Amino acid sequence: MDYIIVLILQVLYSVASLALVCAGLAVVFGMMRVINLAHGEFIMLGGFTTVLSANAGVPLMIAILVIAPLAVGIAGYLIERLVVRHLYGRMVDTMLATWGLSLLLVGLATMVFGNQVAGVAAPFGSVTIGAYGVSLYDVFVIGITIAVLVASYFVLAHTNLGLIARGAMQNPEMASSLGASPARIYSVTFTAGAALSGLAGGILAPLSGVVPTMGAAFVAKAFITVITGGASILTGTITASGILGGISTLTTFAINPVIGDVALLLTAIILLRFLPYGITGRFFRGAN
Amino acid sequence: MKQSRRTFLKSTVAVGAASLAGPALIGTAHAADDTIKIANITDVSGGLDIYGQPQVACLELAVDEVNANGGVLGKQVELIKYDPQSNIQLYTQYATEAATREQVSAVFGGVTSASREAIRPLLRRYNTLYFYPTLYEGGVCDRNFFCNGSTPAQTIEVLMPFVMEKFSGKKVYVIAADYNYGWISAKWVKHYTEANGGEVLDTEYFPLDVTDFGATIKNIQAAKPDILFTLLVGGNHMSFFRQWASAGLAGKIPMASSDFGVGNEHIVLTPEESNGMVAAYAYMQELETTANTAFLERLRAKFGDDTPYVNELAVSAYNAFYHWVGGVERAGTTDRLAVIKALEDGTPFNGPGGRSVIDPRTHHAILDVHIGEVENNAFRVLESHSQRPPSDTAQFCDLLSNPNDNQQYVIGTKA
Amino acid sequence: MMLKKTACEMLTVLVIGLIAVFVFPNYVAFYTVISSTIYVSLAILALSLALVWGYGGILCFGQAAFFGLAGYTYAVGAFNFEVTAYAAVIAVIVPVIFSAVLGYFMFYGRLNDVYLGVITLTVTLILFKLANSTAGDIYTIGNARLGGFNGMPGTPLLANPFGNGEPLSPHALFVLATVLLLLSYFGCRWLLSTRFGRVMVAIRENETRAELLGYDSRRYKLIFFCVGAGIAGISGMLFANAVFVSPTMFSLNYTAQILIWVIVGGLGTLMGPVIGCIVLQVITAYLGKTGLIDPSAALGLILIVFVLLVPKGLLPLLTELPDRIRQRKKLLSAEPAASDKGEQQ
Repeated sequence: MDYIIVLILQVLYSVASLALVCAGLAVVFGMMRVINLAHGEFIMLGGFTTVLSANAGVPLMIAILVIAPLAVGIAGYLIERLVVRHLYGRMVDTMLATWGLSLLLVGLATMVFGNQVAGVAAPFGSVTIGAYGVSLYDVFVIGITIAVLVASYFVLAHTNLGLIARGAMQNPEMASSLGASPARIYSVTFTAGAALSGLAGGILAPLSGVVPTMGAAFVAKAFITVITGGASILTGTITASGILGGISTLTTFAINPVIGDVALLLTAIILLRFLPYGITGRFFRGAN
Repeated sequence: MKQSRRTFLKSTVAVGAASLAGPALIGTAHAADDTIKIANITDVSGGLDIYGQPQVACLELAVDEVNANGGVLGKQVELIKYDPQSNIQLYTQYATEAATREQVSAVFGGVTSASREAIRPLLRRYNTLYFYPTLYEGGVCDRNFFCNGSTPAQTIEVLMPFVMEKFSGKKVYVIAADYNYGWISAKWVKHYTEANGGEVLDTEYFPLDVTDFGATIKNIQAAKPDILFTLLVGGNHMSFFRQWASAGLAGKIPMASSDFGVGNEHIVLTPEESNGMVAAYAYMQELETTANTAFLERLRAKFGDDTPYVNELAVSAYNAFYHWVGGVERAGTTDRLAVIKALEDGTPFNGPGGRSVIDPRTHHAILDVHIGEVENNAFRVLESHSQRPPSDTAQFCDLLSNPNDNQQYVIGTKA
Repeated sequence: MMLKKTACEMLTVLVIGLIAVFVFPNYVAFYTVISSTIYVSLAILALSLALVWGYGGILCFGQAAFFGLAGYTYAVGAFNFEVTAYAAVIAVIVPVIFSAVLGYFMFYGRLNDVYLGVITLTVTLILFKLANSTAGDIYTIGNARLGGFNGMPGTPLLANPFGNGEPLSPHALFVLATVLLLLSYFGCRWLLSTRFGRVMVAIRENETRAELLGYDSRRYKLIFFCVGAGIAGISGMLFANAVFVSPTMFSLNYTAQILIWVIVGGLGTLMGPVIGCIVLQVITAYLGKTGLIDPSAALGLILIVFVLLVPKGLLPLLTELPDRIRQRKKLLSAEPAASDKGEQQ
């Protein structure tokens, strides 16, 4: 019995952390058709921001929930201004530029932060369920992911900004002729995506080794999940993370992590083969 | 007609060979200058920089020291540095360049076993001495090659009985990185656990890009081992210790490792997460010997605030250079075979971690091994074992009776 | 005009190729021959994507999969066969078969665009993970240990099957690689000049129109994809001989690098990606020797600046340069004021 509860918690945690890692990429890809290969490095920056500000005495929760998204959001805003803005509509070129950006950020982080930055421990402690210790921070990650998704839904569905964003996504020309400036929408979107990645990095910081190259472990998995999710940002991210994260965790439990990862990737391939525009490409036409 | 064509071919080949040899001859002329060139090929950028940077720092220090004392054979040592950026293909290119264009007397470097095996055959073919300063799974048997780091049997042999006694435990659970180092070290853990009357409950292997250890943490709790032996490697695997601690398990099950700390794990992790980990190395920065204190002072004087945390890998690079210097001085020449013979005479070098002797049969180092416990982001040295031989490699490798051997044996545990 | 340009390019390639084979290795230092062999073998990989993506319009993230598969096939074969040349031939065949299965799965499922990219990327990552998890003793095929992360050191080198069994010298390997690059290039040119190749370009331009004209685009894409895989296989086989075989051949790093060579060199050209590949390799190798700045930061910066300033790629820039200068001269002589204006833009 205790094993079942622990297993369910673990699956929920894996799904939540996958969704969290994907959220920033999903926003940017879904709204702008930009494949941001520097996504993993945004997460890395969020991690470093959190760790450094926590070490400087900022309360950990503020570092994770406020400073990390803020700092990476600002970085994202600047990057959009300097680089990405000039490449809209050229998906392939943005890939090259963001790959360059990814290399640049890893290099800069190595030069500025180095490999010896002391990390922070996960707060909240743990509880015991039967024979197993379970981290309360895992539960916090699940909670915060739900909160982020609900908040995104609210922004997209119930605010003026969300309406404009959805409009611009479905038909950019129409939106722009109705007076919405695409440049501004893109700027806001990219900044928001970066902030979400920063938040993910902040949340994962107490659970992972924060080093300059940590981003590489996330980018491919996030990219695959987002594409498998399809056009609709929220539903796509949730269903894809749910299916892929769930299958991968269960196979990891049953066999081992290699098979877990392979199962995730195979599932993505099969899903895409039969739903060529992603899970939400056919069934959900809406933009939320 | 036939004859003339053959003559023509011959002369073309000769011209070709001459033009190939041309730069080489010029290179030798260069080497006859008043400096002796050596090359260092170590990753200081890309994913492996965490291991490479301290190694390069210590090698630079050693070169500076020797040069300040008049150099080798009265000549200054010129260190040519290459950064292969954690990319194996660049190892191949740089090793060829160092050996054939720069005509260096020796090459130091290589971090992963893959990078070492990419350049070791090349350097042997080009008759250039090769020193490998990283702890690895053992088994390389090549007269042109010298390993100055420890191998699993050297450290695990003393570590296993120590932790089994300290924690009075018999049941061991092993989690290891999924590559040769992890697999072979896990065999040695099993071997020495059983030799000391214990048993290994289970061994799990993790690819280097795994960051989520939730499933394993549950498995370990279900198995209830007395000791958890970790052979995890790299930044991603640090997540294990974080997730372990956040599940409230820090300190619940004692942990031991033969590689925790060389990737700065005990610095990046918090004290709550890493305290109590017991590890064994041929060097720990916290050793309180006069040799080590003086060494650290010199390092600090050279690098100031940029001084890296020094681990066994870095000190092995330092030792490797001094072994080479000693070999050249004793041989009286940089000629490769003469230096190899001189290095095989068993002359010790007293480095920061203690005495290091090159075992003539395996070309691996006989080292002092120190057991330490992590305490507030540093190791506390608990006990030292003097002069541990590389017994794992020695099972297969005897270069004295078989000097032309040239391969990496996959080490079993038939000891 | 177009035809003339292509003929001009082919002639240039032929001349440079002949120089590379007969003159170059005799006049440069030994280490340059070694590095050049690596560059040329990777240039073949760049060429494979130049064909598949640039002319076939197939955004394939999976060239690294064929590349690595060929490397592993060669290594396993070379450890087991007396004659390593057999291993080399099989190393090209296996990726083609693999690509046929994968391509059938994708193209007959009407997958396109970025979705195709993701599937090929995913397949590459699966191979990467599987190759990485073969460190245990049981992963042995005949005499070949797969070796996991550490790769397969000591792979026997290619030997002339008609000779005395001695492995090829570095010099001979360079000549072989260059000849294979030339053959691949002219093979691609030939393919593109056939009716088949022209239909393929038509499909790239407008798939619906091509289908309405009665061409089964799925079949064309599949065949094109297999040809690309075969060329990538040649590259992987050579790389196995020039460097050595390890799972990094499947890594995200290589996958992305191939795309970058193509974009930097010029998408929609054959020689551009080859040039892009070699230029970037030379820069990377140079950066590792300077030690001034973190190489990955420098390379990243170069890529960003490049994509902003030279969006079409290197080769188009080079070939258009004479035209531009001529135009500018014309403008200068006709109306100096206008050219001033042009400069300010």
